[in-house]
Amino acid sequence: MVDPIVIIGAGQAGAALASRLRALGYAGPLVMVGEESALPYQRPPLSKKYMSRELEFARLLIRPPGWYEDQRIDIRLDVTATALSPTERTITFGDGSVLRYAKLALTTGARPRRLPTEAGGDLSGVFTIRTVADADAIAPLLEPGKRLLVIGGGYIGLEGAAVAAAKGLAVTIIEVADRILQRVAAPVTADYFRALHRKHGVVIRESAALDHLAGEAGRLTGARLKDGTHLPADLAIVGIGIIPNDDLAHAAGLAVNNGILIDGSCRTSAPDVYAAGDCARFQWRGISTRLEAVQNAIDQAEHAAAAMMGAEDDYDPAPWFWSDQYDVKLQIAGLNRGYADCVMRPGKREQSASVWYYREDRLIAVDAMNDALAYGIGKKMLEAGRSISRSAIADPSTDLRLFLSGT
Amino acid sequence: MPKVTWILHDGRQISAEVAAGHNLMEAAVANSVPDVIGECGGCLSCATCHVYVDAAWYEKTGRPGDMENEMLEITSAERTPMSRLSCQIKASEELDGLILHVPDI
Repeated sequence: MVDPIVIIGAGQAGAALASRLRALGYAGPLVMVGEESALPYQRPPLSKKYMSRELEFARLLIRPPGWYEDQRIDIRLDVTATALSPTERTITFGDGSVLRYAKLALTTGARPRRLPTEAGGDLSGVFTIRTVADADAIAPLLEPGKRLLVIGGGYIGLEGAAVAAAKGLAVTIIEVADRILQRVAAPVTADYFRALHRKHGVVIRESAALDHLAGEAGRLTGARLKDGTHLPADLAIVGIGIIPNDDLAHAAGLAVNNGILIDGSCRTSAPDVYAAGDCARFQWRGISTRLEAVQNAIDQAEHAAAAMMGAEDDYDPAPWFWSDQYDVKLQIAGLNRGYADCVMRPGKREQSASVWYYREDRLIAVDAMNDALAYGIGKKMLEAGRSISRSAIADPSTDLRLFLSGT
Repeated sequence: MPKVTWILHDGRQISAEVAAGHNLMEAAVANSVPDVIGECGGCLSCATCHVYVDAAWYEKTGRPGDMENEMLEITSAERTPMSRLSCQIKASEELDGLILHVPDI
């Protein structure tokens, strides 16, 4: 019997990889293994419309349930891969069973960073938002009048805060850095979202270092900050980053460094073992890069599938991201790391604006708030390797659509 | 439930009943309609669920909103006066029989 291609990780990347293998004509056996009990689903709505109960779970599924059988994908859920042997070409599972692979893809994703036990991280009432189980646990507790503490002013925390504030909770966000979105956006973008949250009654405390979460009888009662402040709370959402799931690869002797190291063809250091998505680290434009994004999960997984089928070109992503908070849609094109400066451009509608990031004279990223035209044009320009000058962006009379010709 | 038909660029047709209130991007994905991708899950950030509404149905589906109108600037296939992002069209009894043409991407 022919050994299967095995995909470890049944999230956005795993589903995209399986789908692309079939689309490229791979007709052999295909096994996909997931730790969660659910079929592959979209995670971004978990902290948005799923947590607010505007969308039911069935609508998050990436593919309908019958698709896996139609595509002859042997999907195994609630199964943990415990060991990988690149020399034997085998995967061992939690129940002790062993599966030989012809090729292997690691799309293991990432897990939320948690607060340590001694800092109160295990108290009842403290949540992270990564899985549907996480969102299901917190959603029924979002009742008007309750006090929610959000630890970490990144996108996941801001989204959780927005859902809770809209449901009438009293929300406080604490951020250890001197401003929210410090790692991911420019000060002007942070200013925009700070003002938005304050307008909705959310308290934002920046430069606020958590000492520990306090509890009684194992239940969260509040937080103690390093400066001695006590903040009472009924619930807490911890949004302090994610950790790539590279442990299986690391234990198997694959090269890892805060992510499974892959080359431009998504190959790991072990023969016939590939990786893609949140768990993978690669060289992009000369810089070691790991992207936490649906775009990358899909595009890199599709690239890995093509590489498994013999393609040899290097993965060259065009990153894009989004966030929804209240009635504001943030769309991000490009990656702003290493930017020198940025230009704020007001939009045509209320609350619409865009922030254009430059390194030297090149446009490298755009944050667009309720301004899909700025996002769309920024994305097109970046994909075409083109730029728009700072002065043209700064001039509100510039018609951005003129730049679309030739892209 | 309203019935929706997608006509692919090669002439193939896929028809399905869609629960009222569900958007036609998710309906397309649920029915494995090729070339309607919906990477962003229907939040107006990717323009990969672009369709051409059949001319007879255009008025009933309504016109694109501001953000959708802007996103239509960056579709892979050419924009026409019938272009919509299908994540922004919700199934309803009034749209029973709706025909959408899927672009070649």
